[in-house]
Amino acid sequence: MSTLDIKGLQVSVATEAGFTEILRGVDLTIKSGETHAIMGPNGSGKSTLAYSIAGHPKYTITGGTVTLDGADVLAMSVDQRARAGLFLAMQYPVEVPGVSVTNFLRTAATAIRGEAPKVRTWVGEVKEAMKALNMDTNFAERNVNEGFSGGEKKRHEILQLELLKPKFAILDETDSGLDVDALRIVSEGVNRVKGNSDLGIMLITHYTRILRYIKPDFVHVFAAGKIVEEGGPELADKLEEKGYAEYTTA
Amino acid sequence: MSTLTTNYLAPTGREEAWRFTPLARVGGLLDASTAIESVASLRITNAQPQIKLTVKSAEDLPAISKSDDLATIRAREVISEVTHIEVAANAQLTEPLIMERSGLSGKPQASRTLISCGVNSHSTIILNNTGDAILADEIEFDLAPGSNLTFISLQEWSAKAVHLGRQHAVISKDATFNSIVITVGGSLVRLLPTVEYSGPGSSADLQGLYFATDGQHLEHRLHVNHNVPNAKSRVNYKGALAGDKAHTVWIGDVYIRANAEGTDTYELNRNLLLSDGARADSVPNLEIETGEIVGAGHASTTGRFDDEQLFYLSSRGISAEIARRLVIRGFFAEIVGKIKNEEIENRLMDRIDSELDKVEA
Ligand SMILES: Nc1ncnc2c1ncn2[C@@H]1O[C@H](COP(=O)(O)OP(=O)(O)OP(=O)(O)O)[C@@H](O)[C@H]1O
Ligand SMILES: [Mg+2]
Repeated sequence: MSTLDIKGLQVSVATEAGFTEILRGVDLTIKSGETHAIMGPNGSGKSTLAYSIAGHPKYTITGGTVTLDGADVLAMSVDQRARAGLFLAMQYPVEVPGVSVTNFLRTAATAIRGEAPKVRTWVGEVKEAMKALNMDTNFAERNVNEGFSGGEKKRHEILQLELLKPKFAILDETDSGLDVDALRIVSEGVNRVKGNSDLGIMLITHYTRILRYIKPDFVHVFAAGKIVEEGGPELADKLEEKGYAEYTTA
Repeated sequence: MSTLTTNYLAPTGREEAWRFTPLARVGGLLDASTAIESVASLRITNAQPQIKLTVKSAEDLPAISKSDDLATIRAREVISEVTHIEVAANAQLTEPLIMERSGLSGKPQASRTLISCGVNSHSTIILNNTGDAILADEIEFDLAPGSNLTFISLQEWSAKAVHLGRQHAVISKDATFNSIVITVGGSLVRLLPTVEYSGPGSSADLQGLYFATDGQHLEHRLHVNHNVPNAKSRVNYKGALAGDKAHTVWIGDVYIRANAEGTDTYELNRNLLLSDGARADSVPNLEIETGEIVGAGHASTTGRFDDEQLFYLSSRGISAEIARRLVIRGFFAEIVGKIKNEEIENRLMDRIDSELDKVEA
């Protein structure tokens, strides 16, 4: 049983005009096995929260704490955070020319597991996971995310989730850009990981569609850099119907 | 030893061909007053019955091609002996011939070699350049009809070596010249892989890899002269740069002459900047005098290993050091894989890793 604890998190980005504050005190606790949906208007800071937890250098932490089972996440380098058990499925996965998916996955698995996976079982493991996500095996020979369609990139993120088996996954709009079949396949992938490993999930989304597959235990409304309301799954339905007007008008 | 200079004028640095080269670092090779020793510097390590090496006097073995390259002109002036490597007609080599050039004096020297490939012969020759050198070098390739040569030169010189070189192929009817130029060592290396054709159906595939770190100047000036109909050329050079004042230059001149109908050519140069303070110059140049061609194209890109890529790989648990290696090994794999010699491929990748380590340290 693990706990990801975010307390009073304040984050700024450097802009031409100086520092702009984006996160204004985020409090959120996620335990193993829990799924927390985060919904909020464009530009409210959801991706900033996700990136800040993962350690993207663009964001400056100006206050608050993030701990994983008591360990100070903010003091860790990006790769240490991943090895500690955090995984971010990105809204816009990055293309890495020249590095094949196979090579990338194996290098990542080696880093996360602390030893190189056995060649024989590993090849099967990757093939199986790709098959389950309906990914053609020729993706293994392609370069990381290079020329992948939007939906293919998202599947590739979930493929990594399956293979790296983190303690906590932050899924930043993994559902955006997926067709109906892909949404179901990707959601099943997430549920499979959760079923096998007691994964804790922070699921950032704009739509209730994905919540029909990945059932949230909690729904949080995110506006202007912090969580402004919390509830159960019913809150998502209310948001879909009424929008964010009541949270954004001052 | 040096002979009397007759028609030699040192470059000033204003010439198009020399504008990128740090002339102060060429070790006197371009200076008519420098004594330059003539050496026959190539040594075969795995003799093969179908290949003959003889050293001949320069008068008996004149150059087979014209050159306006000042380093080549200077070298030809001082050279007294020429190495002649002959691949027998119809020879089918299953193993590559491996040649070493090491233990040069580190004083100004010049060397000239002619590699003649007999009719319908098929061979691979690998040249390892290591150690110190201040060398003006010319290698000419005379490919008889139907012959096929893969020539791999590895510039793994010591950190202070200077190498001005020309590798010129004359490719006759239905012959194929594959060149792989790997330049990772040396202080200043300036190579001219150049090609002309003497019959139709001929083909050249020029591949290259260079990796410059702190202060290295690595320059490759390619020239493909499509002077016959129905010949083909492919050029693909990839370079990486890391560390302060690393400088690479890639010039790709392709000329399609008026009589060169049916030409098929494509040239590509890709550079990867791994750190600030390094500079990659890349100048593709295509001149076309006839429209009756199969295809002609060129591309040049210079990109960075950027923070977003590093973040992505790191966010999967991969350390910055390994991430960098992953990217650069991947970048070079396409060229390295063409060497088809495991020992050399591994040595090269290890060298690239250790160069990276030096930069990071
Ligand atoms: N480098 C930057 N310079 C200036 N503003 C920035 C920078 N990075 C992020 N921002 C701003 O921070 C705010 C939050 O962005 P963020 O991407 O976190 O929003 P989001 O909630 O994920 O939105 P969406 O739903 O559209 O994905 C936005 O107003 C954005 O423009
Ligand atoms: Mg976002």
